[in-house]
Amino acid sequence: MSQSVQSMIAASRNKKSKKIIEKLVPIALFLAAALSVLTTFGIVFTLIFETFEFFTRISITDYIFGTEWLPFSGKEPLYGVLPLILGTFKVTFIAILVAVPFGLGAAIYLSEYASDKTRRIVKPILEILAGVPTIVYGFFALTFITPALQEIIPSLKIFNALSPGIVVGIMILPMIASMSEDAMSSVPNSIREGALGLGSTKFEVAIKVVLPAALSGIVASVVLAVSRAIGETMIVSLAGGSTPTFEFGFTDSIQTMTAYIVQVSTGDAGYGTTIYYSIYAVGFTLFIFTLAMNLLAQYISKRFREEY
Amino acid sequence: MIQIAEQKTPKIVVNNAKSKAVSNSKKEFVFQTKNFDLWYGEHHALKNLNIDIAENEVTAVIGPSGCGKSTYVKALNRMVELVPTVRTTGEINYRGRNIFGTNYEVEELRTKVGMVFQKPNPFPKSIYDNIAYGPRIHGIKNKKILDEIVEKSLQGAAIWDDVKDRLHQNAYSLSGGQQQRICIARCLAIEPDVILMDEPTSALDPISTLKVEELVQELKEQYSIIIVTHNMQQAARISDKTAFFLNGEIVEFDQTDKIFSNPTDRRTEDYISGRFG
Amino acid sequence: MKYLNDVLVMKRMNSRLTFNKVWKAIFLLATSFALLSLAVLLFRIFSQGLGYLNFDFLTNFASRIPGNAGIKAALIGSLWLMAVVAPVSIILGVSTAIYLEEYAKKNKINDFIRMNIANLAGVPSIVFGLLGLTIFVRMLDFGKSILAAGFTMSLLILPVIIVAAQEAIRAVPNEQREASYGMGATKWQTIIRVVLPAAIPGILTGSILALSRAIGETAPLVVIGIPVILQFLPTGLLDSFTALPMQIFDWAKRPQEEFQYVAAAGIIVLMTMLVLMNSIAVLIRNKFQKRY
Repeated sequence: MSQSVQSMIAASRNKKSKKIIEKLVPIALFLAAALSVLTTFGIVFTLIFETFEFFTRISITDYIFGTEWLPFSGKEPLYGVLPLILGTFKVTFIAILVAVPFGLGAAIYLSEYASDKTRRIVKPILEILAGVPTIVYGFFALTFITPALQEIIPSLKIFNALSPGIVVGIMILPMIASMSEDAMSSVPNSIREGALGLGSTKFEVAIKVVLPAALSGIVASVVLAVSRAIGETMIVSLAGGSTPTFEFGFTDSIQTMTAYIVQVSTGDAGYGTTIYYSIYAVGFTLFIFTLAMNLLAQYISKRFREEY
Repeated sequence: MIQIAEQKTPKIVVNNAKSKAVSNSKKEFVFQTKNFDLWYGEHHALKNLNIDIAENEVTAVIGPSGCGKSTYVKALNRMVELVPTVRTTGEINYRGRNIFGTNYEVEELRTKVGMVFQKPNPFPKSIYDNIAYGPRIHGIKNKKILDEIVEKSLQGAAIWDDVKDRLHQNAYSLSGGQQQRICIARCLAIEPDVILMDEPTSALDPISTLKVEELVQELKEQYSIIIVTHNMQQAARISDKTAFFLNGEIVEFDQTDKIFSNPTDRRTEDYISGRFG
Repeated sequence: MKYLNDVLVMKRMNSRLTFNKVWKAIFLLATSFALLSLAVLLFRIFSQGLGYLNFDFLTNFASRIPGNAGIKAALIGSLWLMAVVAPVSIILGVSTAIYLEEYAKKNKINDFIRMNIANLAGVPSIVFGLLGLTIFVRMLDFGKSILAAGFTMSLLILPVIIVAAQEAIRAVPNEQREASYGMGATKWQTIIRVVLPAAIPGILTGSILALSRAIGETAPLVVIGIPVILQFLPTGLLDSFTALPMQIFDWAKRPQEEFQYVAAAGIIVLMTMLVLMNSIAVLIRNKFQKRY
């Protein structure tokens, strides 16, 4: 080499362009990060503006307390949201009834009983189950679960709350199982050993020691799962029906908030009609429910975080 | 009283061969530290340091863990600034210029003052790309020149013969000791003026440690080396001067053989005789 | 004096041990339920759909006659959609992750950005559809096009990609950054030459998984209002198009039983794409695991 590396470095140092890049890059990256905030604002403002337009036409108290949702009745359309909310809650209720025992049972088995090998096989399968598109679950509910349930309950209608509820439960099960398993696995082994050393059975360790210690994580997972169930769309659109009612049975056709939005979207309600604005009002209602659930889950896992 | 002092006398043998070269030279200082203080948030980590470090010498920095020796060395190339809460006062002059001065480019400083870290930290790239990393980021793109630099640096780190046939293998395929010498070669590739070494052998086995120590002796011909070590024998074996740090202060800084045979301060004596640390 | 009566302890012991066994079986049963559900689901779909799955099915357009119905437009449409979603969401997601992990100081604005991303991940996909309908379809006037749907889907999976990329970047040890800074590299040089190359496998794995979610997502497409029966292929980003899940939704809704089999065949095509994408993700994950 004819010259030293340092002199080559000094010769090729182009301070200006380097400095400009170092200044511009963080700004560009910040803008990308800010876009996610912009998205949230976009969602909130979109929902608020269009919902506001809706409430200039329909009284807000009629909307919140009304028990009849008949937007397509030509003469006198009614926009009482309670039937849609009830439909959503029915499905969510059944889903939780299915997902919590099975999901929690699977979590306890995986975290406390299963060998490493079993865990390595079962966890990816749960991941696959979580990755199945909801349209596929919806098809499964409509073409398999509903006919199968009709064998047991003859009075069950083709569209009902039970079948989509069960399938939404299967859909959110992996979420509860894997998040709860994470919470239980992070309970240190020394605590388990302490209990086992006193002669506890594995069951007693799981129920009396591990479960209470991991409770905040488990509850948070259930709350998040509820949020997912509330926002679930395709399963309830295909298998739930489009008959919003304010009745408490599970065998009749229902309509959820999400299914209503789908019904209007696939129909031919023109831009600017009251029906068009109603999907934003319903979407806003849905958004508030899921946001509340998400914030609650965050609060629970922060507030009650276990320190070991 | 005398008896106790006798017992305390360290049994560390200082390599006398090199100590004579130090005293009568007219060496320039690479680093002159003046009234230097450093805080991590509220923690006062370095207190009023005053120390001059000469070129083409090996300066060892010793002291118990938490005494600030690593912090001081990392201040010399401003690596401490990676901790966001760091605050400094006073001066550290590199070749006469305060590195904490307002218009001193940190990248320029680090091009002159290289560093070798505690744990070998090669990039998960080929050996060649590891060595060429420094020259490349500083704009040297010519393949022929890079080839030359890579060979020269690997030879400089006495590892050329081990790796010349597998320059394009991942650096992580090498042993820990070899990885550390790759890191030293990577540092040599930009021909720094000073090399900072932060406990470079703490993660290595005894044989690899020995090789690195030998390498340090060779490198001192061309480079000024400042080495942090918790191993006092190592400091005695390889350094010309030794600074003893305690609680963020310099207790004693002198010729290595003086520190280990006849320390002035009682605390130095206690430390090197294994009373604490 | 003894507090524990040995005889009683032994008596209880038996029932406690039986209890343990019974509950272990119950927990195992709960686990099997999930596996069984997946097995039944796959079996049903394959037994219904395989008969309709042939070459013609892949190359025909949609039709009112079940026997002639094909998935060509939907398949090509989904690929177009991915061609928008993949670059947009990955570039935005990785940029955001780099900002949050490497640049963002701890202050209120950045805390807000983090909290916002966490909450965005929990917003139902149908609400993203409403956003897309208002902003992209109407305000920006993209119409019911690939671009409008692509941007909507990108925003939907953005939080997933951000979180995956953040984890991948965080997994790069600090010693790597220090080594680079120690050579006099600038921050951006360190990120682009050291941090990103090391984080790319993790970023890719997370991105592919996120994209596989986007390809099966239906609700936003329904709300945006993309059509289902298309007899032509899109030629540009502002063309209207249809997508696999949309097509399946349309078939599944139809009253004729035969269309159910067509829908099942469509699902097999969709699931095959998902399996392929997931396998690639797993492959990348296994190949590059633990390198330091």
